[in-house]
Amino acid sequence: MSEINYKTTASAVKTVLIYTALILMAFIMLIPFAWMISASLKLEKDVFSFPIVWVPSDPQWNNYLEIWNKVPLLTGFINTAKLTMFTTILQLLTSSFAAYAFAKLEFKGRDTLFMLYVMTISIPWQVYMVPQYKLMTWFGLTDSHLGLILMHAFTAMGVFLMRQFFVSIPNELLEAARIDGLSEYGIWQKLMLPLSKPAIATLCITSFTFEWNDFMGPLIYLSSQKKKTIQLMLRMFNTQYSSNYAQIMAAATVALIPVLILFVFLQRYFVEGVASSGIKG
Amino acid sequence: MSKDNSQIKKTKPLARKKTLVAYSFILPNLIGFLIFTFIPIVFSLLLSFCEWDSGNPIKFVGLKNFIVMFTKDSSFWIALKNTLYYTIVTVPVTMAFALFLAILMNKPLKGRVFFRSVLFFPYIASLVAVAVVWMALFNPDRGPVNSLLLAVGITNPPRWAASTTWAMPTIIGLTVWKGMGYYMIVYLAALQGVSAELYEAASLDGANKWKQFLHITWPSVTPTTFFILMMLMVSTFKSYDTMYITTQGGPGEATKVLAYHIYNSAFVSSKFGYASAVAMVLFGIIMVVTLIQFKGEKKFTSYL
Repeated sequence: MSEINYKTTASAVKTVLIYTALILMAFIMLIPFAWMISASLKLEKDVFSFPIVWVPSDPQWNNYLEIWNKVPLLTGFINTAKLTMFTTILQLLTSSFAAYAFAKLEFKGRDTLFMLYVMTISIPWQVYMVPQYKLMTWFGLTDSHLGLILMHAFTAMGVFLMRQFFVSIPNELLEAARIDGLSEYGIWQKLMLPLSKPAIATLCITSFTFEWNDFMGPLIYLSSQKKKTIQLMLRMFNTQYSSNYAQIMAAATVALIPVLILFVFLQRYFVEGVASSGIKG
Repeated sequence: MSKDNSQIKKTKPLARKKTLVAYSFILPNLIGFLIFTFIPIVFSLLLSFCEWDSGNPIKFVGLKNFIVMFTKDSSFWIALKNTLYYTIVTVPVTMAFALFLAILMNKPLKGRVFFRSVLFFPYIASLVAVAVVWMALFNPDRGPVNSLLLAVGITNPPRWAASTTWAMPTIIGLTVWKGMGYYMIVYLAALQGVSAELYEAASLDGANKWKQFLHITWPSVTPTTFFILMMLMVSTFKSYDTMYITTQGGPGEATKVLAYHIYNSAFVSSKFGYASAVAMVLFGIIMVVTLIQFKGEKKFTSYL
């Protein structure tokens, strides 16, 4: 009897400890965001008042209206949305296309080509960003959205991710489809894509978050004001109105919202994507 | 022989058609990949042996860039040292947090999805946005962190990003905070693959939690540890956006890292050849690290 009591008490203590540690860590992760939102609703003079007032008594919603006039945030939003959409679609189409051949077709040079892709996965962009920039200058693709889209759409990572998933689809299914008279293109469209929703979700999410958050690419490539992305606009806000913390925080909050929304709805896919491949570009 | 020939002739058109179809699948991606990734990589290697500033044509200079880098460029050595500092602290701290959190989460808990989401979210949050918040929190004069430190009686709190000593730790803090949730999930996936029976057997044998960790958990996740180690090291070696956004490599050159040096040499000083040479050094370091870990992984995980 006392043995059992001891055991249940010990496991209760353990559970409490685990929850305490997790709540503490969650707290550390959330505090910066909580402070950001709280500061975004304050008057500038109150932002750094101490002790911290977490819920301002007179929330300054105006901060969220004024930021759009100070820096062309909306232009940034539209530009980023455009870049994100086109990059993601182009990447999804071309990499699933290539991945099908790498996974399911036999042809000369397949393994060599695939090795070429795999080898470049671990080479970071920083290694070749300089010559890439010079090439893009020759093509006349600097300061253009097309340039950024093309640079980001053909990643080795995308092909690799789709191929790994395609390999797991049984060949018997493909053979049956071939006997039914489907062409290879038909198999890709009617069989592979519908069966690969998890991989497609992972690729879309990866591409979306990368493109939405990318800072260095647009910083190096985009110089004209009307082409700049949301991250550049946020940065511009931060440097031009560096003493206006309340509104900087409002702009930061606004810039975070799209990814947050996506994450709330698709968090399962985010997590599964990380867990299954454990790889990201 | 003749039979073989006819066989080949028969299958050839079919094989050729197959190959054509296969290439039609690959080409759209391959062309883009070759132009925008592969050629720049090869070009980078060639460019590192050349001198090229914005006005003048490319000139082959042999090893000059590397000689200048190793003997005359003090910025390079500072950047290399800072990169190592950043990597050596960030990598183990992130891994320790990630594994610790994964072990905590590897149980049927209430609110598991909530905790997982909260811990993971900073990883996908925009760096510009979170860096801005981080810099405000750690503002040396007015930030809440220093207000708190003053309030608890620390009269001379660190000046964080404004101090040459504390700037790097501040950036490391931001990096660890932002990244650990991602690696936690990778670890969590590995832990879920460890059979519960092993733990049951061990606890029947009287092994305590620490022993169980040492003899079951740790060896089981070794391949994952190597994988995370490699990913983290590559990601810290190449990182410079955090430094660009928070400190611009300063104060002085306290947070200037190798990738930042590449960026500056190319896009500020217009020394494209020299920048590529520094990039080759970065590439070399990453290759060596990858190879060592490849070998290490084979050696240390073979007993499983």
